[in-house]
Amino acid sequence: MGYTPHTGSDKNRMLQAIGVDGVESLYGHIPQSLRERAGIGLPPGISERAVKKEMGVLAARNGTPEDCSLFLGGGIYHHFIPSTVDAIISRAEFATSYTPYQPEVSQGTLQATFEYQTLMCQLTGMEVCNAGLYDGASAVAEAVLMARRIQKRRHRVLLSRSLHPQYRAVVATYLRNMEGIEIVEVPWDKSGQSDAEFVANTMDDKTLCIVTGYPNFFGVIEDLAPMRDACNAHGALLITVTTEALSLALLKPPGEWGADIAVGEGQSLGLPMSLGGPGFGFFTCRKQFVRTMPGRLVGETVDHEGQRGFVLTLATREQHIRREKATSNICTTQSLCTLAATVFMASMGKSGMRHIAEINVARAHEARERLLREAGLTPVFDGPFFNEFVLEVKDLEPMLGRLESSRVVPGLALKQWYPELAQCLLVCVTEMNEREEIDQLVRTFTGKN
Amino acid sequence: MSGHSPEKTNHRAPRLLLFERGSPGRTAFSWPEELPSPQELIPSHLLRQEITDFPELGELEVLRHFTNLSHLNYSIEGQFYPLGSCTMKYNPKVNEAVVRLPGMAHIHPLAPLPLIQGALELLYNLERMLAEVCGMDHVTLQPAAGAQGELTGLMLIRAHMSAQGNPRKKILVPDTAHGTNPASSTLCGYEVTQVPSNNRGFLETEKVKQVMDEDVAALMITNPNTFGIFEQDIQSIAEVVHAQDGLVYMDGANMNALMGIAKPGQMGVDVLHVNLHKTFSTPHGGGGPGAGPVGVKGFLRDYLPVPRIQKGDGGFELGEDHPLSIGRVRSFLGNFGILARAYAYILALGGDGLEETSRMALLNANYIRKRLEPYYHLAFSAPCMHECVFTDRLQQKLGVTTMDIAKRLLDYGFHPPTIYFPLVVSGAIMIEPTETETPEILDSFTDAMIAIAREAKESPELVKTAPHSTPVSRLDEAGAARRLVLRWLAEDSVKTQG
Amino acid sequence: MSFPKGLKYTKEHEWVLVEDDGATVGITEYAQEELGDIVYVELPEVGEKITKDDPFGSVESVKAVSELFAPVSGTVVEVNDSIPDGPEMVNEDPYGDGWLIKVEMSDKEELKDLLSPEEYGEYLDQQKDVDEDDDEEDEDEDEEEKE
Repeated sequence: MGYTPHTGSDKNRMLQAIGVDGVESLYGHIPQSLRERAGIGLPPGISERAVKKEMGVLAARNGTPEDCSLFLGGGIYHHFIPSTVDAIISRAEFATSYTPYQPEVSQGTLQATFEYQTLMCQLTGMEVCNAGLYDGASAVAEAVLMARRIQKRRHRVLLSRSLHPQYRAVVATYLRNMEGIEIVEVPWDKSGQSDAEFVANTMDDKTLCIVTGYPNFFGVIEDLAPMRDACNAHGALLITVTTEALSLALLKPPGEWGADIAVGEGQSLGLPMSLGGPGFGFFTCRKQFVRTMPGRLVGETVDHEGQRGFVLTLATREQHIRREKATSNICTTQSLCTLAATVFMASMGKSGMRHIAEINVARAHEARERLLREAGLTPVFDGPFFNEFVLEVKDLEPMLGRLESSRVVPGLALKQWYPELAQCLLVCVTEMNEREEIDQLVRTFTGKN
Repeated sequence: MSGHSPEKTNHRAPRLLLFERGSPGRTAFSWPEELPSPQELIPSHLLRQEITDFPELGELEVLRHFTNLSHLNYSIEGQFYPLGSCTMKYNPKVNEAVVRLPGMAHIHPLAPLPLIQGALELLYNLERMLAEVCGMDHVTLQPAAGAQGELTGLMLIRAHMSAQGNPRKKILVPDTAHGTNPASSTLCGYEVTQVPSNNRGFLETEKVKQVMDEDVAALMITNPNTFGIFEQDIQSIAEVVHAQDGLVYMDGANMNALMGIAKPGQMGVDVLHVNLHKTFSTPHGGGGPGAGPVGVKGFLRDYLPVPRIQKGDGGFELGEDHPLSIGRVRSFLGNFGILARAYAYILALGGDGLEETSRMALLNANYIRKRLEPYYHLAFSAPCMHECVFTDRLQQKLGVTTMDIAKRLLDYGFHPPTIYFPLVVSGAIMIEPTETETPEILDSFTDAMIAIAREAKESPELVKTAPHSTPVSRLDEAGAARRLVLRWLAEDSVKTQG
Repeated sequence: MSFPKGLKYTKEHEWVLVEDDGATVGITEYAQEELGDIVYVELPEVGEKITKDDPFGSVESVKAVSELFAPVSGTVVEVNDSIPDGPEMVNEDPYGDGWLIKVEMSDKEELKDLLSPEEYGEYLDQQKDVDEDDDEEDEDEDEEEKE
C-alpha cells in the first residue's frame, strides 16, 4: 500500500523532463557508503484492511470505559464530548491545514483561535490567553520561565507539593539547566490545601513566584487568598495550575483571585483521554505581561477594505524571528485540540458548562459520602473538592492486585509519588460514571462484590 | 439581531464571532438531571458567578458557524501546499479511522498496566521502527513536537557532557537552521555560535574546524539542510566534532528526503529528532498537535526521559528507575494519538513503501526545479533533494517581490511556498511538493508560477496588489501589532454596534 | 531622503540633536524605511544610565527586531511618552514627533565620533555600493557553477 500516485509512465515522463536516467541519479551525489547501508529492515507494506485489523487487535488489548469502571483522574479525565466536536475537527479544512502564516487563506483557523483565546479568558477570568502550548505540564514550566523573565533578580520558586507530580517533574527538567533557580516545596495542611502558614513564613523578597494547583492534585480546591496576600507582601507572582479545566466553570476563576499567570491542561474540554495526549496547555496572564509570553497569539485587525480579519501577532517574541533571544522555542499551538475545546465550549454554552461541572461535584460528593458511610473508608483531607478526593484504604496494595482482573479501577494509588500517602487512593468521579458504577465501586470496598 | 437575518454566503459579508451569535438561554447541550445546589457541597466563597458573555447557541448554529469558518481555510485535501521545510503530504484517512477506535481514543494513561498493554506495545514497536529508519539505537516518543524534541536532545547532550565532567558552553548552529535550533539551545543553557554555509549552499568541514573547540558541546545540523541540499561533508564534519569530544545533533525535519536513501545514524549523528507531522503523515491541524520523537546512539541511552517503555516478563512496563535520566519533558507518555497515526502509516507503507516515499519526494522536487529554472533565479545550483529554493532576484528588477509572488499564487488557487526562509537567502521561495502529489498538479502549479513571472514583466501592478480572490485582502498586520486586540470584548462587538 | 542639517548621525542610523549638555536621540529616515511599519519601541526608563555603543532599547516591525545603540553616554532625562500608543510616529516623523529619548550627556567628547549630515549621506552611498558589489559577485559565482 502506498500514497504515491506515480505510474511508470509518470516517472518516465518526469525523469525525461529532468534529464536523468533513473530516480537513483537524483541522489547519486550522496556518498556510496551511506547509500548502500540505508535499506530499511521493516516488513513490507500492507493493505488498508490489514492496517485496520492490526490496529484493532492492539486496541482490543486496552481497557476503556466501555468495558471497565474507571475512577481515574490525576490530570486526564473521562468527560462527555458532544458529537459536534469530532464533526468539526474531522473536517479536512481544519485538520489538514497548515499553521496560519498566510492569513488570507487561514481565516478559519485564525478566527477560531481568536475565539478560543476569548473563551479561555472568560473561563479563567484572565486578561490574555495565548493560542496554546503542548500540555499542562510544559505550560507550568513556561509560566515559571516567564515569571523569571519578569522578575530577573529573583531566584526562588515556591512550588506546592500538592501540584501534579508529573508537572513538578517537568518543571524540574526545564529548570535544571537554568543557573541559580531554587525550588522550595510547599507542604499541605490537613485540609489538603497548601499550608498558608508555611507560605507566609517562607515567602521573601527573593521569591519570584508561587505555583499552586487549583484544584490541586488531590482534587482539593485551594483558597488562594493567603497566597495572594503573601505575594502582595513580597512582590512575587501568583501562578495557578488547573488540570481539570471543567472545574473553572463552577469555581471562582483564577483572575478573580488575582492570579498573575493561570495555566493548565485543557483535555477536559472536548478531547478524548487518548493515553494522555494530545490535549493542550492553556496559558493566560495579565495583559501587562503580554510581551513576555511564550507561544503564539492571534489578534484582530482589518484588511485593505476595512473588513474584519485575524492575524498572528507579536511574532517578534518568537523563535523564527528572535532565534536565540526568543521567549520560548515553541512553534506549535496544538491548534486542532484548541479548536476541539472551542467547539466544546460553544456547544456546552454558558448553562451547559456549569451544569456538567455541577454533575461532577454532585456525583463525586455522593460517591465519597457512600464510601465513608457504607464502606467505612477514612477521609484523608477535609478541604472542599471538585470531582476528586483522597481516601485511606487498609491493605490497599493487595486489594488493587485482586482488582486487576476485575475491570474495576477504583482510583489511583498515591504511593508512587507520595510515600507518606502509601495507603491512599485518589478517586475521581465524573458525569460519565453512572450510578451503577458507583454502586459497584462501593461494593468493591464492602466486599459484597 | 444577527440570528434573524439570513446568513450571507458571500465570504466578504461581515464575519461574526461566536459571541455575536445566539440568544440568552439557548444551548446545544441537554442532560436532564436534578442536582443538589453546589453551595451545599462547596463553600460559596470558592464559587463563581455565571461566565459573563459565554456563548449561548443552538447545535445547528454552532455547526454552521464552524463549518463556514472552515471554508475560509486552505487545506491539503482542498489544495496543493508547496511549503518548503513543512512536508505537507497527504494525511491518510485510515490513520484517522484507527485512532478513533475506543481502544485507542478512550484509554487512561494512569490505568493499571494490564489495561494499556496494546498501547504500550504500539509505542514499543514504534520506537524500534523509527530507530531502524534513522539508523539510531534508541528512541523516546515523549516530546510533544519538534521543538520539544530539540530541547530534549540537547538536554541529553548536556547530561552526557556533564557526566564527562563539563557540560561545555556552546552549540554550533549553521546560518541556514530553523529558528527553533538557537531558541532550544538557549533554553538548554547554551550559547549559540553561528556557522556560515558556503555560497554553494552547504556547510564545509573547514568552517566547522575553525570554530570547533573544547567549549562546544554539539553541532546542530539539518540534513538535507533548509536549502534542500544534502550536506555532503557531513561525515567529515562529524569527525571534526567528535575529535574534540563534541556531539552531532541532527534536526530531522527533512527526513522525508532520506528514508531508505541514507541513515543519519551512519553519518555520525549522535542524536536526532523527527517530526511525525512532517515525514510520517500526521495532520498539521492548523498548527499542531505534532510529535517530535528523539533518537540516540547507545551511549546516550541512560539519559533518555522517563518513563521508558520496557518489555518485561509479564508484558510491557513503564520503567521509572533510571537515575541518570534527564527526567520528564512532558506529562504522561507523549502525544499518543499522533504516535498511533504514525504507527499506522509505517505499517501501511512498510520499509519498501517508506523508501519509495523519499524517492518520489525527490522526483517531484527535481521536476519542479527543472520547470521553474528558466523563469526564476535558483539560489543554488547544487543538486536538490526533496525541496528547492528560488529567489525573486529576476522579478525584483521589475519591482515585484517574493511577497507579491506568494500573494498572487493565492489567486491561482495555490498556497504559497515557504517565503523569506532560509533567512540567509534574500527573497527566498522555498518549494517542497512532497511525494503524494501527481505530476498533473505539479504542472499546473509550475504553470501558475510561470504565468506570474510573465505577469511580473507585463502587468506588475496586478501582482503587487494581489491577492484579489481570497476571503480577505491583505491584512493590516502592523495595525494588529500596534493596537493589540487579543480577545473579544462586549463593548467592541459587531452585534452591539449593529 | 533627508538628513536635516544641525543633527549628528551614527552608523547605526540614529540621529542626535545637541543642546548644551542635552542630547535628543531618534532613528533616521533611512532606518525607519528599512524597518518598515514600526509596531513597538522598547525604551529605557527616565533615570537609567546608558553607555555609548551599548544597546538601550529596540525597535520592532512586524517581522524584525533591531537593537538601538546609544550614540552617547549619559542619563536618560526624558522618554517620548507618545511612542507606546503611537509607534507609527517613528515612521511618519522620525526627526520630529518620532524622537525617542533625551539624554544628559556625561562626556561631550564622544560627540566627536558622530557623523555630520554630509558624512552620513556618504556613508549610506558607500553601503549601497557594497551591497551591489556583493550581488555581482554572487552572480559570477552562480554562473561558474552552472558551467
